[in-house]
Formats: sequence, C-alpha cells, structure tokens
Amino acid sequence: MDKKNKRASMQLAAVRALVYTIIIFLCFLCLFFFVMLFVNASRTNNQLQRGFTLIPGGHFFYNMKNAFTDSSIQIPQGMINSFIVAAGAAVFTTYFSALTAYGIYVYDFKLKKLAYTFIIAVMMIPSQVSAVGFVQLAYKYGLNNKLWLLIVPSIAAPAVFFYMYQYLKATLPLDIVEASRIDGSSEFATFNRIVLPIMKPAMAVQMIFSFVAAWNNYFLPALLLTRPEKKTVPIMIAQLRSADYSKFDMGKVYMFILLAILPVIVVYVFLSKSIIKGVTSGSVKG
Amino acid sequence: MKNNKPKGKSVSYAKWGYIFIIPFFLVYFVFTFYPQILTIYNSFFENYRDGLTQIGPKFVGLDNYKALLTPSDQGTIDIVKYFGNTIIMWIMGAVPQFVFALLLAVFFTNTRLNIKGQRIMKTVIYMPNLIMASAFSMLFYTLFSNVGPIKPLLVHMGILDKTFDFFFVTISVRGLVALLNFLMWFGNTTILLMAGIQSIDESLFESARIDGASSTRVFFNITMPLLKPIFVYTFITSMIGGLQMFDVPSVLTNAKGTPDRTVMTVIMYLNNYLGGSNNYGMAGAISVILFIVTAILSVIVFKTIDRDKD
Repeated sequence: MDKKNKRASMQLAAVRALVYTIIIFLCFLCLFFFVMLFVNASRTNNQLQRGFTLIPGGHFFYNMKNAFTDSSIQIPQGMINSFIVAAGAAVFTTYFSALTAYGIYVYDFKLKKLAYTFIIAVMMIPSQVSAVGFVQLAYKYGLNNKLWLLIVPSIAAPAVFFYMYQYLKATLPLDIVEASRIDGSSEFATFNRIVLPIMKPAMAVQMIFSFVAAWNNYFLPALLLTRPEKKTVPIMIAQLRSADYSKFDMGKVYMFILLAILPVIVVYVFLSKSIIKGVTSGSVKG
Repeated sequence: MKNNKPKGKSVSYAKWGYIFIIPFFLVYFVFTFYPQILTIYNSFFENYRDGLTQIGPKFVGLDNYKALLTPSDQGTIDIVKYFGNTIIMWIMGAVPQFVFALLLAVFFTNTRLNIKGQRIMKTVIYMPNLIMASAFSMLFYTLFSNVGPIKPLLVHMGILDKTFDFFFVTISVRGLVALLNFLMWFGNTTILLMAGIQSIDESLFESARIDGASSTRVFFNITMPLLKPIFVYTFITSMIGGLQMFDVPSVLTNAKGTPDRTVMTVIMYLNNYLGGSNNYGMAGAISVILFIVTAILSVIVFKTIDRDKD
C-alpha cells in the first residue's frame, strides 16, 4: 500500500512539473512581445540597429518626447480623440443599457415581451452587416468626421442590455421600487438614485469592456475619419505601417505602439480581478 | 391605504416602460437597423465613384452577386479564395487556441494538481485579449520584418536563411496572423471553459475518482460531454469572429493581403470596395454573402457537434 502511494505521488509530481512547464511557457509567450516593446521603446535608433537585447536603453523619455512632437503622426491628438470616443461610448452604452433593461424588467406594458425578444434576436447579427449602409449615410449627410457619430450608436448595445437584464433579475428586489414610489420619488429619480447604485458592479465591468472595445476599434473609424485632426489611435498605428519604413526612427515607432496600448494596460493592472470576473459573467458578449 | 389602489396599478406606470426603452430603440433603428436594410438594398444597385464621377445608383438586380462569383482571368473566384484564406487562418489559430485552452482549463480546475498562482497566470494569459489588435500587429511587423530584431537572431542561430523574409512567404505571414489570433484569444477561451468546468457538479468527479477512473477517462467521459454546450458556444463565437478577421492581416500586410493575396480576408476585400471607390453595391453584396455564410456555417457546426452526441 505504501509503495503504491509513493509511486502515485511521484507520478503526480511528474505530471505537475509538466503542467507548470506548459503554463509558464504560455505565460512567457504572452509577456515576451510586450517586454520587447518596453525595452525597444527605451532604445535609440542606433541602439536598435545593434540587435536584440532585453536590457533597456535608457532613452524612454527621449523617444516619448519625439513621438509626442512628430509632425506627421499627431499621437497626442489621436489619444484625445480616442479617449473622447471610448469614454463617451462607455458611458452611453452602460447608462442606456441599464435604463432599457430596467424599463423592460420593472414595468408592465403591451410591447414588453416583443421588445425583449427583438433585442435578443438581433444580438447575434454581426456588426459588419450594417457597416456599408452606415458609411454611406455618414458620407451622404457629411457626418463622417464627427466623433459623436461613433459614440451615439453605442446607446443601443443588445449584448450589454442582456447582461444588465440578467444582473437586474438577480439583484433588484421589486419592493425597493415600490417603496421609493411610496416615498414620492419620481420614476427617473428612482432609477438614478436607487437602482443605479445597486447596479454599480455591473456598470463598472461593462464600462471597462466597452471602453477597451472602442479604444481598440479600427474598422469603422478608419472608413469614416478622414481628417488628420479627427483620427483615432488605431488609424494612426495603421498609418505607421503604410509610411515609408526605412526613414523612420525605430525607437519612435516602438514608442507609438506603446502609447497606443499603455492606457489599456494601466487600466488592466489595477482592475484585472474584476475584468476577469466579468469575462465569464458577460460570456454572451463572446 | 395601499390596498385602495386600483387593481391594475401597473398600468398607470406602463408609459414609463416605453419612455425608458425609447432611446435604445430609436438609436437602434436609425444607426443599426436602417443601415442594415440599406446594405442589403445597396447590393442590388450599381453605385460607386470612378475618380470624380459618380456611377449610379442604378438597379442591376443580381449583377453584383454575379460579378462576385465570376472567375477572374486566373480562373479563381476571388471571394471564394478570400473565404478560404480567412478560414485557413482562423483554423491555424483556433486549433492551438482550443487545445491549450482546454488543457489549461482542466489543469486549473483539477483539485489534485492544485495549481498555485492561478490568479496571476490567468491575469497574464488574458491580457493580450485587451490589447489593440492593430497595435499588436504593428508590433509583430516591426519585430519580424527585416529591420526588426527577431530575424537576425534566428539567422544567427542558424534557423533561418539570410534571404528569408517573413512577409514574402505565404505560410509565414499566415503563421504570424494565426499566432497573433492564438495569443489574443486562448486566455479568453480558457477562462470561459474554466467557468464551464466549474459549473459541473463536483460530486461527479469525486465519485469517478473513488471508482478509480483515470484522469483521461474522467476528461472524456465526464468533463467533455458536460462541457459540450459551452464548448460549442465558444467555438461558434470564435468562428464568427474569425470570419470577420480584419485588423491583424490588414495591418501586417498594409491592407494588401500579400503575398499574392493569400492573406486577403473577406472583410479586407469588403474594405477595399468601401474605402477606395465607395462601391456600396459590391460592398453590400459581400456583406450579404458574409452574413449568409456565417449563418450557414454556424448551423452546420452546431448540427455536426450536436450529432455525435447521440
């Protein structure tokens, strides 16, 4: 018996070693390219010519200054534009999804069932199907360079609505709504002052996801934003690719890429726990 | 007092239901539904810009679809080729994505293995999912191109020939696209599959272990069958996402799908029509075809995976 146990535990130790090796290898793969990005963003063009190293070059802020003052790719303006769109989309998506979910969950009205079924049904339609018509309309009415055109559509986000609806169903007792009515609170005040605070965790998670999605979005903005001062970060990154490469200061190129992803990484470092939790609870998002 | 209220008291609040959902539906119809209809409508019209002259809009019936499905001079049907490219690249990334995600999900949830440091590991493997795809691709381009550090390193190690160019060879560009997609998505899949495994009743694993079932048997006879709905769901979502592949191959190849258009995806093709000449007719037809293919593939995958259960 003892011998058998010993063999089993040795086997387990071997399996465990193999498992840790696989996991650590995958973690290494996930980090390696970003470590290289940080290192290379701190090296001058000359240092970069000398080849591969993992030792930082000490010119991080030199490259940052160069990236910020570049005349053809105006990354500070791009970051401001991206921030406006991403923050706007995040606030609109979460507030109106919560409002819609609350409207359908709490009130009884004739079209309630139809409204719910409709939103669930359109959830699976890929966004590209509307892109052609959207671009056509934007140009037709001369709205293609308006940042708000990328923000307002986020009011109607079926997947976020679904998440909010599930959350309300699980957490909001209808007595609270009734009680606040008796206290003389108006319907809007009840939603804003009593229901929204209850929904804070759900709002926070969805706000992060929609901010990141809008910050990273490339396809539609690239088709619409043609004026240099309106461009968002992903468009500028793609521009970097199409520029004549040989003339570029590579330290600056790495810095551009780093600046594009840094805001999301900073958010992630602080909120990774709730973000990862949100992945599973909002799994319908896909 | 409360009892004195009329019986159908909810009726008096019904208008608030409408008021609360109006913004959503108004925006949905103006910014999503109407454009969708317009996309389909466009696909039956000739409507594009040739230089400064506007051609159309003129009703042409199914001509756009016919044009898309007509073989080019080289005898290939472009859109079929691009669907092929897209699916090949998706599979190249999805196979390792699902294999490793499944492995990791099983490792993380196995109580006997008792993996330490799970939180930090999950944090690391999920991170690439949040990174801007275009920036991640640009990073890959700078690292793997001729002026980047990786090629000289591999040449120095004797793995690559000096004349090799990552971006001149079909398999290596597709490989880079697949590697990027794999890195960006396997963490996400791991977390979803983990949640699926954790929702399986723990006592099932417990009793299997007491009966002396091996880990492989537990995996194939308990974990996989019960995980199937979530696995199928994750797989189909991944496939739909894969068919819409755009940012990564577009930035890696500067929107050209080089070499020889073997990395051109369906959405890149759509983008060429939409961006260059505002060809709403052809772009609309591609959208409709993509939508139909997506729906058909989803049904087929769902049916096949569902069938081998019986």
